[in-house]
Amino acid sequence: MTPLDDTDRRILNHMQDDLPLVANPYAMVAADLNLTEADLLARLSRLKGDRVITRFGPFFDAAAMGGAFCLCALAVPEHDFEPVLIKVNAHPEVAHNYERTHHLNMWFVLATETPEGIGATADAIERETGLKVLRFPKLQEFFIGFRVAA
Amino acid sequence: MSITNTDRQIIQALQDGLPLVPAPFAQVAEGLDIDEAALIDRIAALKASGVIRRIAAAPNHYKLGMVANGMTVWDVDDAHIAALGAQIGALPFVTHCYERPRALPDWPYNLFAMVHGASRDEVSEKRAQIAVILGDACQSSDILYSTRILKKTGLRLKERT
Repeated sequence: MTPLDDTDRRILNHMQDDLPLVANPYAMVAADLNLTEADLLARLSRLKGDRVITRFGPFFDAAAMGGAFCLCALAVPEHDFEPVLIKVNAHPEVAHNYERTHHLNMWFVLATETPEGIGATADAIERETGLKVLRFPKLQEFFIGFRVAA
Repeated sequence: MSITNTDRQIIQALQDGLPLVPAPFAQVAEGLDIDEAALIDRIAALKASGVIRRIAAAPNHYKLGMVANGMTVWDVDDAHIAALGAQIGALPFVTHCYERPRALPDWPYNLFAMVHGASRDEVSEKRAQIAVILGDACQSSDILYSTRILKKTGLRLKERT
């Protein structure tokens, strides 16, 4: 990966904010950053290619579409981790999945188009893996900052 | 709200990301056979209704040197969680903060706060700052570091035929 320079860092900090909803949004952002549009687009493509940016685009809220999100956890036996992972990740409803240091070692987020989809998917994962899926839907959200200083 | 078929097509066209070209909405609109202005209007409506939170970059914490990613979890007195949760969520180093149900007896924790840092020592020091704020209202806590990203795709709508 190309090491990040100061311009890359300025771009990363700026582009975690909402993109202007205009026909030529990158030109507008480039002007704010004192870059040319071509330079900004080339750098964004490189940052995506290097996976410094995992995705550039809209962040959707499944709940606002009438769907739901739910954080779930599994205690997966070490020797069974990869087969269970394949079964869990095969569900398109699994939006993110992380391995964590705990006996509950697999934590994933389900995003579904209907509230019922959460239970149906979690139940299916239980059937397929033989493991109990602990479900932690959010009761209250205190802040979504997300931004990380690059 | 429920979404229209056109909205669905728009979401599907955008879920892999916005094209990195000078006129990205025109390119997406062409694929959907609608005009650019109509697409921009629908996206504005989806933002107004909260379906789209924002259009932005999702950074990879690991590649930015934030190699220690800790999910701190706390058993907080239910009577105080609203006020304390708001204080924890406002800390500059907390990126997500939620109240979630306990899963007794396996899991006594009801407050989840994500903390990122350049090292586990740094994250651990931030966890200590949270503990000070929670004080006696917190019975016990833990921290779960992420050791691997197993999947990160975001929402995927199913194809409807």
